[in-house]
Amino acid sequence: MKSAVVVFPASNCDRDAAVALEQITGTKPVMVWHADSEVPDVDLIVLPGGFSYGDYLRCGAMAGQSNIMRAVKEKSEQGVKVLGICNGFQVLTETHMLPGVLMKNAHLKFVCRPQALEVIETQSVFTRKYQAGQRVVFPVAHGEGNYVADDETLDRLEGEGRVVFKYAPGENPNGSARDIAGILNEKRNVLGLMPHPERVCDPLLGGTDGKAMFEGLIEALG
Amino acid sequence: MKARVFVTLKNGVLDPQGKAIGHALGNLGFEGVGSVRQGKLIEIELSETDEAKAKAALKEMCEKLLANTVIEKYDIELKA
Repeated sequence: MKSAVVVFPASNCDRDAAVALEQITGTKPVMVWHADSEVPDVDLIVLPGGFSYGDYLRCGAMAGQSNIMRAVKEKSEQGVKVLGICNGFQVLTETHMLPGVLMKNAHLKFVCRPQALEVIETQSVFTRKYQAGQRVVFPVAHGEGNYVADDETLDRLEGEGRVVFKYAPGENPNGSARDIAGILNEKRNVLGLMPHPERVCDPLLGGTDGKAMFEGLIEALG
Repeated sequence: MKARVFVTLKNGVLDPQGKAIGHALGNLGFEGVGSVRQGKLIEIELSETDEAKAKAALKEMCEKLLANTVIEKYDIELKA
């Protein structure tokens, strides 16, 4: 599996993603700068966490207008898998590659902690190695992860099996609608999630629950 | 021309920041403060002299970047 990690000014999880990808796939991902207008030929593009462009205007808004996102959008339309983690999820909603929006956490506090999640949907290249209903712990670290969309959109996401991760019952860290932590696009090749699977791929870092996501991708993409 | 663009949350969208500001005003002793909602003001200078054209351009700016219309609405004020 060939992969690329997009680096925006003020991305800060790009290296975490690169280390996880290299450890699991055995190949270094290509690091792609935000001003580039082309993404190399890869199977997976990761939009990492961070505070791209200082979160100016709205988190993800400026990154959404960058050269590289036009190229990422084109690749995704051709079926290339795109994984947006944390700020990457915010960028995906700002480019309308995923519906809804991530608003300031309902309690206004930045949350940074290990977070229990429930795997809701396993019919995706990202979650095929998990069991439905499986409880996993990924770290969260965000101030704006409160997922908001209208009821019709939420019903559709749930009805179409596009809500892949939910915060464990009673443990919603940010006020997110229907406890949503991660969603797929209609074609199911784009996943955005607030928690950080790339940070739990090595026992030295406190857990390996995130590893199955990348192992599943390797299995599916070769 | 000079434009002022007001970007605010749509009615019905919860605004915890506005709520916190309201609480703080109460703590400062201001009485009778009801609902508080906050937003953004963006000032833009334009070389365009035709009002209709300027308005059309501003509307496009709002739709494409200045507002996220999933949760926000915008008002445009134009001065020659």
